Amino acid sequence: MSDSQNDIRAYTLRLELVDEPGELLRSLRPIADNGGNLLSIFHERGNVTPRGHIPVEVDIEATPDRFEKIVDALHEAGINVVQAGTERYSEALTIVLSGHVIETDLSDTLERIQASANATVTDVSLSAPEGTADTSSARLQIAAESGATGTVLAGVREVADEKDLRLIEPLTTEGDR
Amino acid sequence: MRLAVIGAGAVGSSVVELAGEYGHDVTAFADSRSAAVDADGLDVDAVLDRKRTDGIVGDADPEDALSGPYDVLVEATPTTLGDAEPGMTHVEAALTRDRHVVLANKGPVAERYGDVRELEADSEGRVLFEATVGGAMPVLSTIADVGADHITAVRGVLNGTVNFVLSRMAAEGLDYEHVLAEAQDLGVAETDPSFDVEGTDTALKGVILANVLSEDREYTLDDAEVDGIVDIPGSVLELAREDGRTVRLIVEVREGEVRVGPRLVPENAALAPTGTYNTVQFETEHAGQLNVSGLGAGGPETASAILADVGRLDRS
Repeated sequence: MSDSQNDIRAYTLRLELVDEPGELLRSLRPIADNGGNLLSIFHERGNVTPRGHIPVEVDIEATPDRFEKIVDALHEAGINVVQAGTERYSEALTIVLSGHVIETDLSDTLERIQASANATVTDVSLSAPEGTADTSSARLQIAAESGATGTVLAGVREVADEKDLRLIEPLTTEGDR
Repeated sequence: MRLAVIGAGAVGSSVVELAGEYGHDVTAFADSRSAAVDADGLDVDAVLDRKRTDGIVGDADPEDALSGPYDVLVEATPTTLGDAEPGMTHVEAALTRDRHVVLANKGPVAERYGDVRELEADSEGRVLFEATVGGAMPVLSTIADVGADHITAVRGVLNGTVNFVLSRMAAEGLDYEHVLAEAQDLGVAETDPSFDVEGTDTALKGVILANVLSEDREYTLDDAEVDGIVDIPGSVLELAREDGRTVRLIVEVREGEVRVGPRLVPENAALAPTGTYNTVQFETEHAGQLNVSGLGAGGPETASAILADVGRLDRS
């Protein structure tokens, strides 16, 4: 049913572009060339990822098979696709850390997780029922490039070990870890 | 078949009670101190009664049961770590006499798998152990049917006590200590729950799975990476739930590794069974994912897996 040629759906593509002239246009061409209909572009010019890339969110309409071609074409063009509508193309990871999460410098923890692999922490939620000086927990959502889950988790494990935090990992079915 | 049942706990007693219904006779029954032996078949009600009232099963010596008349030895003594004794001695006694062995005791196949297979190779008897992983659930027989070569990974929630504690923590927003005390009151958790909550029991089952899946390598508990659920704060489950997830103690056997630890899973995932239910998920080469769920513990439930093994031996 969803594979029908005429079934046009909306997709969100989250890209990370190198900060160079012409990169945005270069990233939109594979979309147009493969029959995607651009709905909106959100170009976060001032917001640079820890690796110095610029996040761009592109909403498009396309049939599922065209969308697949678009993502392939973006990959072929060397454009970094962080998220592509469905989980198939990106790995959205959720982890929970518990222990002295706040006292061990949460900002530093987040920065190091992002720096350890091609990952972006997209959401943080804290629970500190006993106050910040006691055991607390933090849930992090991490967007990783497709196929990079294993590397990201390895980086998280290292930081958690060093800061003596307990890590609850997600159950991933990906091959590498 | 004529069965000798060694071990008179919940599982052993259930085997004795249900054997007749499955078409088998119990010709010997022993606990650690006593035994009842009768080549014509025991009076099941009488021996179970005696165990209940006097704490012994009969007037004979436990050794008499091992050397008595039987086709299949059912080993249902408690699992011990390290040398897997006295379970291992019982296995050896039966195989040396060319008798079959059906294990409920995880020790021999988790701690001394190589020795078990070596003894089996020299014997006319076979060793089956479906009951050691996932109680009533057909886990090992599924592996046998699909073929170990065609299974790329196995993941499972294999401890009812741990699962009960995590389910309650998530549902009631309570801390570990509180729920554990409740589980002990209900009789779901042992007075000393460390075997379960530290992940050892789950790891032993993972080691058995790894042994069955592997052709050329023997695994023991030392090969498993084990983390339990001790002292997980309630806030972890609360944060997980806000995101539609929960925490389960999962054993994963993949690429030669056995790993046990608390993992985040979607609340409605197959690997998030509630209460004392168990689930095993197989990743197969040609058939995608296969899930098996059911009661992973309990006397009659585990006895049904033992009697299924006896049935397999009977047909072979």
